Amino acid sequence: MSESSSAARGIRRRNLLASTAAAFFVIGADAALARTIKGGLPWAPDSVVPPRPVSPIGWHFFTDLEGAAVDAICDRLIPPDDGKPGGKQAGCAIFIDRQLSGSYGAAERFYMRPPFAQGQATQGTQSQYSPAEQYRRGLAALDRYCRDTLGGKGFVELPAVEQDKLLAAMEKGEAQFTSISSREFFELLLQNAMEGFFADPIYGGNRDMAGWKLIGFPGARYDYREFVGQHNKPFPLPPVALQGRPEWTPR
Amino acid sequence: MARKLPAKDVVIIGLGWTGSLLAEELTAAGLDVVAIERGPWRDTSTDYPTTIDQDELRFGIRLDLFLRPAQETFTFRNNLSQTALPIRQFGSFLPGNGVGGAGVHWNGQTWRFAATDYKLKSHLTERYGAKFLPEDMTIEDWGVSYEELEPFFDRFEHIAGVSGKAGNIQGRKIDGGNIFEDPRQRDYPLPPLDPSYAMTLFDAAAKGMGYHPFPRPGANASRPYTNPLGVTMGPCTYCGFCERFGCGNYSKGTPQTNVLPVLMRRKNFEVRTLCEVLHINKDPAGGRASGVTYVDAHGEEYEQPADIVLVCAYGLHNVRLLLLSGIGQPYDPATGQGVVGRNYAYQSASGARLFFDDKRFNPFIGTGVLGQSMDDFNGDNFDHGPHGFVGGAGISCASTHGRPIATSATRAPGAGRWGMSWKSQVASTYQNTTGISGQGSVYSYRDCYLDLDPTYTDRFGRPLMRMTFDWHDNERKMTNFIAERCTEIAKAMNPKSVQTNRLSEHYSVVPYQSTHNTGGATMGDNPKTSVVNKYLQHWDAHNVFVVGASAFQHNAGYNPTGTVGALALWAADAIKNRYLKNPGPLVQA
Amino acid sequence: MHPIMRGFIRTAVFAAGLSATAALAQHPQDYEAIERGRALVTAGDCVACHTPIGSDKPFSGGRAIETPFGNILSPNITPDRATGIGAWSDEEFVRAMQKGVGREGEHLFPAFPYTAYTKVTRDDLLAMRTYLKTLEPVSNAVEPNQLPFPFNMRFLQFFWKTLFFTPGEYKPDPEKTAEWNRGAYLVEGLGHCASCHTGKNLLGGDKSAAFQGGALQNWFAPNLTADERVGIGAWSQDELVEYLKTGHTARSAASGPMSEVVEFQTSQMSDGDLKAMAIYLKDMAAAPNKAPTPLSPDTAAMKAGAALYMDNCQACHMSKGEGVEKLFPRLAGSAVVQSDDPATLLRMVLQGARSVATDAAPTGPAMPAFDWKLTDAQIAAVITYVRNSWGNAAGGIDAGRVAKMREPLAKE
Repeated sequence: MSESSSAARGIRRRNLLASTAAAFFVIGADAALARTIKGGLPWAPDSVVPPRPVSPIGWHFFTDLEGAAVDAICDRLIPPDDGKPGGKQAGCAIFIDRQLSGSYGAAERFYMRPPFAQGQATQGTQSQYSPAEQYRRGLAALDRYCRDTLGGKGFVELPAVEQDKLLAAMEKGEAQFTSISSREFFELLLQNAMEGFFADPIYGGNRDMAGWKLIGFPGARYDYREFVGQHNKPFPLPPVALQGRPEWTPR
Repeated sequence: MARKLPAKDVVIIGLGWTGSLLAEELTAAGLDVVAIERGPWRDTSTDYPTTIDQDELRFGIRLDLFLRPAQETFTFRNNLSQTALPIRQFGSFLPGNGVGGAGVHWNGQTWRFAATDYKLKSHLTERYGAKFLPEDMTIEDWGVSYEELEPFFDRFEHIAGVSGKAGNIQGRKIDGGNIFEDPRQRDYPLPPLDPSYAMTLFDAAAKGMGYHPFPRPGANASRPYTNPLGVTMGPCTYCGFCERFGCGNYSKGTPQTNVLPVLMRRKNFEVRTLCEVLHINKDPAGGRASGVTYVDAHGEEYEQPADIVLVCAYGLHNVRLLLLSGIGQPYDPATGQGVVGRNYAYQSASGARLFFDDKRFNPFIGTGVLGQSMDDFNGDNFDHGPHGFVGGAGISCASTHGRPIATSATRAPGAGRWGMSWKSQVASTYQNTTGISGQGSVYSYRDCYLDLDPTYTDRFGRPLMRMTFDWHDNERKMTNFIAERCTEIAKAMNPKSVQTNRLSEHYSVVPYQSTHNTGGATMGDNPKTSVVNKYLQHWDAHNVFVVGASAFQHNAGYNPTGTVGALALWAADAIKNRYLKNPGPLVQA
Repeated sequence: MHPIMRGFIRTAVFAAGLSATAALAQHPQDYEAIERGRALVTAGDCVACHTPIGSDKPFSGGRAIETPFGNILSPNITPDRATGIGAWSDEEFVRAMQKGVGREGEHLFPAFPYTAYTKVTRDDLLAMRTYLKTLEPVSNAVEPNQLPFPFNMRFLQFFWKTLFFTPGEYKPDPEKTAEWNRGAYLVEGLGHCASCHTGKNLLGGDKSAAFQGGALQNWFAPNLTADERVGIGAWSQDELVEYLKTGHTARSAASGPMSEVVEFQTSQMSDGDLKAMAIYLKDMAAAPNKAPTPLSPDTAAMKAGAALYMDNCQACHMSKGEGVEKLFPRLAGSAVVQSDDPATLLRMVLQGARSVATDAAPTGPAMPAFDWKLTDAQIAAVITYVRNSWGNAAGGIDAGRVAKMREPLAKE
């Protein structure tokens, strides 16, 4: 909220948003950008940027075919068993889709300036492709690889055993993909699938806190003072997500 | 053409721990101070309150509070024969960004480097002989003594709200504290945090082996606390979201919680956020700087003249700014001449992972500081004569967090990384593992250094800084020794199995290890082997003070922030009580 | 000159420009009157309304004061002759303060609290005037009257005054101590506490029952009588002084409009004046006010509220609502929590709030907003829980009340 806009709306008597009155902070041409701050700690209501909840409907980045493939991959990386959801049911692919359509997918935070050179493993990734581009290329290469070498079938059509074998080959870098390293793509898939399984449900994965329930992580709790001294005992409270748990709603 | 602004008494580059501590001291002394901070404004209730803070993806994985490599990164190579390539995604270390700097998202562990560290070269030479040290090891004495720094350690611990138990008060050794520590004038301001279950198992095993474990000290408030500046901390809730996260309820010592509420009220202080200093300007008359030039978020350039320039960015960025500004002679590994960029050092991690099958460690109950440590094998607390190496490590069993994206990668022996082989054990492993880790020293070497990269540039077209670094045999030996000790203690804790973690063959920038990068603008009493004198004052520009871990001549087996905080307060004292009275070099070269 | 020395001089000049020592240089003979006036202007909190937000030109006016009838801009009260009150005579100044009449004889709007200032002695008013004359003149022309028709008709104020205004200086009560009378003079006069803490009727006049709490701009200024549940009956005199001085006590923290009062007014007042105010306030009898029975913890709202409280609130406010001194207000026994009008509580949960920072308690901790995170029913449940736990008793609130609060806040 900028000073000028609040002045235009009329500042209520005494309702000076407490410290802004104290702050006398000077705001530049664009309040959201560079500022000179002095005279106190600036504060305004609703200045937190909360995460935007993901809607689980449809793909934003993937095509239907790509989405189905990622769903199937996530369900092998994190298979369902014994009533415990796997990657597909937990929404890992939806999570990845939303991540790829945002700043992560576009590599906005990474250093992406040329020249791009092949380096040592100790020097870290030197890929010129953003995560989104790596998925597009990786999924195309995976599909081509399956159709060329595994009887003309796409990944989703393979039996689970075959899918696992292929993923293991990718993990070792033994599957020869065109235009992308199968090992690098596997690492990206595994990392993102685990993120989707264990990140807060607000991002589209970890549906019903399935990942947290599996391992007993209590989620976005903030106070364990009562429990730190209770050594070697089961933790009694259910997990809670940023958007809560069922018990929050009166019924 | 930069727009010239009215002069200030002091311009501070970077408003993290060191910048805010110095600004607090110097504004209290009446100076007119401006801080130029390239990141955004940040505060507890607006940027990491309890409503959003417990978000592993946003803060722990996507690193929301950290410097983006797109803004600035480094190039890296293991040795002089390789071509350095840019670190495109931060991994091994994570520099901070924004008001509060890394002080926002650190764990809070607050240690004092040992008295021997400030005179390491003369101490080791005296004890073991010069030949005991590797030929290419370039450690130096720091020019300052522990006795000189002690009051400033004490002050920093009281400002930051450190919980802990003293082991040596004025020479009196105290059981249950760190009996290896050097004498302190008084105890920590707060008692230790409540121990976790894993810590109690470690404590019993270590004591049984004749070691001296103690609760590790740090700025997580075990009780409500009001510091000497008058600001208040809340009691830590053991939420497990410390490192990489802000603290939502004022219980972690940070510039935001412990200094800024007071500093920001001062009429003679202001901070300009999202403004990046391009370079420090040299006074044409020589021997001093005239101020800084910075660019704001709109791309406008400004010149900020000032009588004193305090370089208070992250240590690595301090070094780069000196290199970009042409202040001080850059280090050349071929000749060993020059100083800026010399003696870059890091830390070495090793340890043991324990797997039980009948425990409930509840790893999510933790704090950044919560851990039991022992210093029996740290620094020069043990005789290195039989071992053929120098240095050591603090050994800890810690309960810092149980965040699932990070911890789910920990697997029981024999388990896969995915599939049923992974999933069938993840729940049990999550509850049944704990670790013992060694945080090891890394001493400095002729070929480990920082300079400007010849190829890669930042968004303003300035060269990135190049890091040339790898492990040396001394550190490999030391770290293996520590890994063995950790494994022995682990076995004494009676787990089902133990994995020993040793140093990687070569240093890699990929897996996270430590954001304890040191050196490059080192302190000392000889301008040929140091950039700044014992007061952190630049040898070649008397009104430039370079404050931070960049001043360390080597890295020890301790987290650096306690020593960094003490050095900042020590430098502030020198500026107030020495420099202002007689502006000029405080030490004659 | 050496640059460092130049810097020192610059700093020194900057500091002196804001202090009374500069005024001393101009009016050496009036030093005591100026200092007394400065303290009185502080006690009257003139700076709050007469300084635009974000401005470093105090008293230059132009800040919009919201009333139920529309906005009024505060006038420039610096000694600028053209746009401030530099050309006013002392008599005109006193008349404005005591009678609510402007320089041209026009009736002033009671957003300017002359209904309280009328109790200030002529001597004190002249001291205030003396101080105001020492301010740096700022040229800032303000047209105060921004009210819509018909409220902009100043002659209507005449009728308002006949209904709600009793002019006259404060008459000390000979039965009471000097301290009590000093407190009464400050609370009823310059302090104008009733402007917020006494309820207003539809025409903006005081309701008959004084200091029983008042609603203003979606905050609720609590009851200042001895009521133990919703007033200050449980507070000690020392606690009141500490609160006014620092903004924080073990039981409470000033935020919203009160944080400004503490910052500019009470934290700057002398300990003696604060003690006098506390003595007077503590002597105010409570109106008969029957505490409701706390709601049963078994209702759906209370059960959901308990879960919400545990997951969202207790890390700061503690599991029994006991809070942390100087940081997180105590909810158990809190008047703000138990007031019939839940506006303050609601807005804090919805929007968050910052408590005041003072020299004695500089932290100024703030609570984050929950409006994006919780539904109306959830907010109603957690507020109901807080109002009826740990000995609190205040009745529940429903989701509709939360929704009703969201609307005006969204427009702020």
